[in-house]
Amino acid sequence: MLSKTDRDYGTPPKTSAKLVTLEVDGREVTVPEGTSVLRAAALADVAIPKLCATDSLEPFGSCRLCLIQIEGRNGYPASCTTPVESGMKVRTKSEMLERLRRGVMELYMSDHPPDRAACAGNGNCELHAMADAVGLGETRYGFEGKNHLDAARDASNPYFAFDPARCIVCSRCVRACEEVQGTFALTIDGRGFNSVVSPSQHQPFFESECVSCGACVQACPTDALVEKSMLDKGVAERSVITTCGYCGVGCSFKAEVKGDEVVRMLPNKDGMPNHGHSCVKGRFAWGYATHPDRALAPMVREKTGDAWREVSWDEAVGYAARRLKEIQSKYGPGSIGGITSSRCTNEETYLVQKMVRAAFGNNNIDTCARVCHSPTGYGLKTTLGTSAGTQDFDSVLQADVILVIGCNPTDGHPVFASLMKRRLRQGAKLIVADPRTIDLVRTPHIEAVYHLPLLPGTNVALINAFAHVVLSEGLAKEDFVRERCEWPAYELWKKFILDDRNSPAAAAKVTGVPAEKIRAAARLYATGGNAVIYYGLGVTEHSQGSTMVLGMANLAMATANLGRAGVGVNPLRGQNNVQGSCDMGSFPHELTGYRHLSDAAMRGSFEAAWGVTLDPEPGLRIPNMFDAALDGSFRGLYVQGEDIAQSDPNTHHVTAALGAMECVIVHDIFFNETAKYAHVFFPGSSFLEKDGTFTNSERRISRVRKVMPPLAGKADWEVTCDLSTAFGYPMHYAHPSEIMDEIARLTPTFAGVSYEKLDRLGSVQWPCNDQAPEGTPVMHVGHFVRGKGHFVVTEYVPTDERVGPRFPLILTTGRILSQYNVGTQTRRTANVVWHHEDVLEIHPHDAEERGVRDGAWVKISSRAGETTMRAQITERVPPGIVYTTFHHQSSGTNIVTTENSDWATNCPEYKVTAVQVMPAADQGARRAAGQAADAHAAAGR
Amino acid sequence: MDIHHLVTMANQIAEFFKTSHLDRAEAVVATAQHLRSFWDPRMRREIIAHLGANGGEGLGEIARDAVRTLEAQASAKAAG
Repeated sequence: MLSKTDRDYGTPPKTSAKLVTLEVDGREVTVPEGTSVLRAAALADVAIPKLCATDSLEPFGSCRLCLIQIEGRNGYPASCTTPVESGMKVRTKSEMLERLRRGVMELYMSDHPPDRAACAGNGNCELHAMADAVGLGETRYGFEGKNHLDAARDASNPYFAFDPARCIVCSRCVRACEEVQGTFALTIDGRGFNSVVSPSQHQPFFESECVSCGACVQACPTDALVEKSMLDKGVAERSVITTCGYCGVGCSFKAEVKGDEVVRMLPNKDGMPNHGHSCVKGRFAWGYATHPDRALAPMVREKTGDAWREVSWDEAVGYAARRLKEIQSKYGPGSIGGITSSRCTNEETYLVQKMVRAAFGNNNIDTCARVCHSPTGYGLKTTLGTSAGTQDFDSVLQADVILVIGCNPTDGHPVFASLMKRRLRQGAKLIVADPRTIDLVRTPHIEAVYHLPLLPGTNVALINAFAHVVLSEGLAKEDFVRERCEWPAYELWKKFILDDRNSPAAAAKVTGVPAEKIRAAARLYATGGNAVIYYGLGVTEHSQGSTMVLGMANLAMATANLGRAGVGVNPLRGQNNVQGSCDMGSFPHELTGYRHLSDAAMRGSFEAAWGVTLDPEPGLRIPNMFDAALDGSFRGLYVQGEDIAQSDPNTHHVTAALGAMECVIVHDIFFNETAKYAHVFFPGSSFLEKDGTFTNSERRISRVRKVMPPLAGKADWEVTCDLSTAFGYPMHYAHPSEIMDEIARLTPTFAGVSYEKLDRLGSVQWPCNDQAPEGTPVMHVGHFVRGKGHFVVTEYVPTDERVGPRFPLILTTGRILSQYNVGTQTRRTANVVWHHEDVLEIHPHDAEERGVRDGAWVKISSRAGETTMRAQITERVPPGIVYTTFHHQSSGTNIVTTENSDWATNCPEYKVTAVQVMPAADQGARRAAGQAADAHAAAGR
Repeated sequence: MDIHHLVTMANQIAEFFKTSHLDRAEAVVATAQHLRSFWDPRMRREIIAHLGANGGEGLGEIARDAVRTLEAQASAKAAG
């Protein structure tokens, strides 16, 4: 069911340079060629009744309600499927049309529950609205004949119900699942009177292929498909436009609210980048914000073995500031630091790095991008000049060849994946480079032309081989290179690439991908038209993560796949504001806008604005903080919204480091694993309680608007201000907009950003400044940000993490659709029904060799540690590779991952861990304790 | 800080710049520049101390020369 405040124009907009003028009920309207009469009428403020048409879906012409008369033509065509023509004269009202419409509605209402008061739409139901629009009172047919009023209701999905008794079989849900989501889980089973919406093979929704994105629920014009939250709470009173707090797509939502309670999260139809679509997490999994587990009181304790004491905010902040100052006084200025959250707003993360720099007087500030996309920052800045992706998401609609490397967008970035799948269904070609057979390799109406199942750790060998094909077969666009890039560096790189050691034959030996397949895929990338690369942590979380990013940029430059729509090098950033936290200077070597501390003039502008002298030396990265803690030189840490004890690799090392510190301050919405080692706990705010901005993977800055006041009594940015002030550096802002104004004054790429502009435009993509006052969807148009593109030689260096007799398998990790990161949020929602534990995917051959049975417990051991989980025998992983996710506390996945990291950025090599897998008698005590905690979270107790 | 870890990281950085086909001197400069740009001073001090105390045991040639460059720069800065 749509939002009552949204206007529905009936059919999607068309883009055409040619315009057509027609008359609708005497009103002249001019629209692009290809527009439907229904939409043209709506634009002329003439409402034609409709039911099967909605402007997110292509017209279907089934309900026969939107009939019109066209001068000079016989009959009563459907306006939704009739394209406009120049000079057309349309009549939408006449006695005959009204009779026809009333007749149609009478048939619909004769097979629909008569009690309007019981409709969950409660005034927002399109069916009842149309009945009123056509003046239908009672139906003449009565309810004694055959009807569907006793049809069984399907409430199997935790978030929505399907009641066939209320369904008018308009097929909007089926079409939404096809056109918008791309899953094709629904169909209409049967014919005529027996037609019924069928999930998969007439299965309950929960057991079908449905991914619970809710597009069908949103499209439904009745309450046949309806959110359970709306059934429980009724229709909302108001709505607030905000931005999702989950992944790096950054979907725009209307939070529909009653009082301070969210009734439902409806994707914002006019919102970017999602165009009114969403996934199961954003749309439904927001209940964690009011979960009973929410920690709402500040707490302190002297030692981690002591019981926590609930205290006032003033006492907690004062205690934290005092302890940090004592540590700094005793151990030196560099002995304390902070970690910003990629789930907090730009304004909040900006203030934390400002506090560390201006108050603490050092640069010991880092963010979780360290463990995910820090190589992106290094690689793209080095080659192109800026630490961010090159395109907007919509750019994929102009791609001809899509190369997906080391990411699983249908699980990690589902709304973007839906957009990508739309383009693939239109005919774009797909290449997938991934050790696993991810869903995208073969999914309804889509099949990768080439799946390259390379061995983890060999990305650079593969990308070099691609480049070898391009250069050796004369496929490089050297005119582009000569004009746009540094020619000497290109020549150096070209000489390197053409060496036989980078040939497909050589790469085949290390990657396991046949040489001919590498050649064919490379040729397709180089010659198939607009070619774009999307990549994720399967690229960056390697010892050569930065090298691989350099390699992809090299390839894109050499083939002229940069600087326009449909091409580019695009990191799919995992979290709602990881891009933003990086933009805000949450790195130990950079201030906002990726400017190195060594730039004295730039540093001077901050010193002038902040009234302090800044330390010009780089500070500690997160992994270095742990090492420094263990050697005694780093003793105090403020952790905002990160659970490093669960998310960072080599858990034993991390917890030992936390245990060695004298003051750990955790600022979070739940009492997480890291808090077990804390001395101060500040209760944090969810995205529903925040005012500020997030920046998504396409550099889009969007507003986050609070739906309810912070449950703990303070906004996160206010807490940071208080801590800084108590430490001795006063920080006072009246509103987050003032923080953004300061960011804009100090950061050239943000110079044009303001809350006024964001409210007016909805969102902007940085750079947003005088040169681009409304933002920059596509970067590097005409020239690269650094001027000329820079090629870098990318020698393949095998990882130090080698398999051997003791650890003969490679473990790689990833994400699943229904859960998010370490599960802090999603484990406290009904999403656990889809994924209540992390399992280990293992190939049948490897399983048989070890006597592992499907569903049985296995022990996974590495040189770092061991853990247990259940095995899932599958051919999605090749022999020699095992795979798991890391969403559940009980899994302890990071107990086995190691300290190996990217050479440039120390991004951990999560994707390559040598392990052994053997049957286990049971889950083990550690896991049992973790599972109990998971169960508690899921139960909401 | 774990000196073995620092040595490993320094060697990995040096290996990258060595294989970037820069000449040896350029690789040393680039490695030193990387350490200066991204390493906290205590990490740099520790690896410089390792060079002095243990001859930089475990460091590859380019990494060792890069650390020598850092040492020289640090000395020059200290001298005023």
